[in-house]
Amino acid sequence: MMGRTDDDRTGGGHDGAAVPGGSDATFAALLEDDAADLYDNAPCGYLSTLLDGHIAKVNKTLLTWLGYQRDDLVGRLRFTDLLTVGGKLYHETHFAPLLRLRGQADEIALELRTADGHRLPVLVTSTVKTAADGQPLLIRTSVFDARQRRAYERELLRARREADAEREQVERERARLQQLSETLQRTLLPPILPVVPGIDAAAHYHVATHEQVGGDFYDLFPLGPDRWGFFLGDVCGKGPDAAAITSLTRYTLRAAAVYDPDPAAVLSNLNNVLLQQDYARDARYCTVLFGLISPDGDGFTLTLAGGGHLPALLTRADGRVEAVSTAGGQLIGILPDARIAVTTTRLEPGDSLLLYTDGLTEARHPDGTFLGEEHLIALAADFRGHDARTIIDTLARVLHELGDRLTDDTALLVLTVPTTNGDTR
Amino acid sequence: MTVGDGGRDGDGRPVLLFAHGFGCDQNMWRLVAPAFAQDHRVVLFDYVGAGGSDLTAWDPGRYATLEGYATDVLEICAELGLRDVVFVGHSVSAMIGVLAAAREPSRFAALVMVGPSPRYIDDEGYVGGFGAEDIDELLDSLDSNYLGWSAATAPAIMGNPDRPELGAELTNSFCRTDPRIARHFARLTFTADNRDDLPRVGLPTLVLQCREDVIAPVAVGEYVHRAVPGSALVVLDATGHCPHLSAPEPTTAAIRDFLAATFASRA
Repeated sequence: MMGRTDDDRTGGGHDGAAVPGGSDATFAALLEDDAADLYDNAPCGYLSTLLDGHIAKVNKTLLTWLGYQRDDLVGRLRFTDLLTVGGKLYHETHFAPLLRLRGQADEIALELRTADGHRLPVLVTSTVKTAADGQPLLIRTSVFDARQRRAYERELLRARREADAEREQVERERARLQQLSETLQRTLLPPILPVVPGIDAAAHYHVATHEQVGGDFYDLFPLGPDRWGFFLGDVCGKGPDAAAITSLTRYTLRAAAVYDPDPAAVLSNLNNVLLQQDYARDARYCTVLFGLISPDGDGFTLTLAGGGHLPALLTRADGRVEAVSTAGGQLIGILPDARIAVTTTRLEPGDSLLLYTDGLTEARHPDGTFLGEEHLIALAADFRGHDARTIIDTLARVLHELGDRLTDDTALLVLTVPTTNGDTR
Repeated sequence: MTVGDGGRDGDGRPVLLFAHGFGCDQNMWRLVAPAFAQDHRVVLFDYVGAGGSDLTAWDPGRYATLEGYATDVLEICAELGLRDVVFVGHSVSAMIGVLAAAREPSRFAALVMVGPSPRYIDDEGYVGGFGAEDIDELLDSLDSNYLGWSAATAPAIMGNPDRPELGAELTNSFCRTDPRIARHFARLTFTADNRDDLPRVGLPTLVLQCREDVIAPVAVGEYVHRAVPGSALVVLDATGHCPHLSAPEPTTAAIRDFLAATFASRA
């Protein structure tokens, strides 16, 4: 040890330590410091109270801090008499039970009232002194001046309250935004699908995130006594800009179909309208399928035009699944004279047609691979014999189970031709 | 909530349901409840936010008024199939018991109120003992002291099997309460006014009052006694707000006497 000499080692050291630079005699004098003086002038306050709280003993340091004479306190006041009213409440509900239950209460922040009415922030630790048989005798309390610490803590508290208030504000804003998004989303979708004689139809819109309006859309509507139009598509992007394009696309398709119901003409008109929109920020385009159905014998004739969209899946009554090819159709809203692919086929009793957006096929499995079109085709094979609602519910469940792995919104539209005995079997 | 039930369905013994007050948890009853375990079915619980309760069950909407806590009490009674319950409520729980009994009177046989106060804040012609600013001061006290609250132990309250040492730490600590919930409960407790509910209490009631209690002074205990029809008042020679901790034997004796008198007169 530094400063230690041979003499120290052989001489009568007190507890094995020595004072650097001092003699043993000085050290002895220091150690024999009057215990009463140490108590009275310790750098912290000391207080002993009876079990009923009356002050039995108090040191000079605490008296000085509080501005009291010993006689003002000892035998006269209780410890709680020194506390603010809020402090008393805290003492009775927290501090006193803790002392009773644990025999100790550590680092309790309180404010003591001084003789001249000021408040002294302190940290208080109390222990219960017990007799040999475990009976509590009195409570010993040490009191630390916590003015600086408390000032800093008040700053922390103030900052936390501000942060809490801001967080609540942000959460309120977020809830408002979500509500707005959902309302907007609803206006972009038909509230219910119309009844088409001989056709069983159902649709579903799966929202991946409520914070932004998605750009998927669909509709089914009459175009005359024996003709029905329908469409499903996906506008590039998300949010308010995409919603504006979605709205425009939806109304353009409805209007264009009345003007000239030929599916290729409808998509060409949409292409022209989107091209005329001057969107400075981004190219705004969509992929879309537009179809017409008309009764034809015991089934329907289906004409389907595609602009860059995933092919519709047709599950035949016998379980075969065909992709209704619209290959070669180009994205709508980018090129003048975009190429539109058109296919015509028949829907027989027991057939079901699924239109979907890529949120479904681009959802990822837990291993990171896409769900993919093949998986969907496998699923579609089981659609045979089910009505449109059942098929939609099955797919909605798949989407729901994908949970967070579904990053994009998904729109689904199913048309089935029930067999004459009432089901699609 | 965490509920400890010292009995079985229909074991025939009278039921004592102990409800802790603001500031602590069911540990508060450890010097009193065991004395009744022999000849009673003793049920203890922690309110949500206190002791070992499941913090995820906290819902500011449900607990916006003391009625939410009364619902908790009734749910415990229903879940455990309790009948003819003697409800022993400390402090704010005395009023929670009043509310619960008002909603399902048939569940309860008697009320024991330990240090009750129907209203803490002074009002015209009524002395509760506190001003509104005192309650704000208490909230400040809570905030100052919860600076020492460790977020690390919070998951333990919710049951964190990955960190058993937190559970061990928790069993060694009493009266742990979640700061935000405690603040909410404090405001609810100390700003409530249940004076109008007292005359409607139709149960044998014991008011246990400490001789000196800064939270619920004798005058308040006497007010409760006068307001609850047919109630008994026992002033214990004890100081503080928790006679069940500071004077457990007299508290136990007073409850025993009350039960004996109540159920003897019924028989």
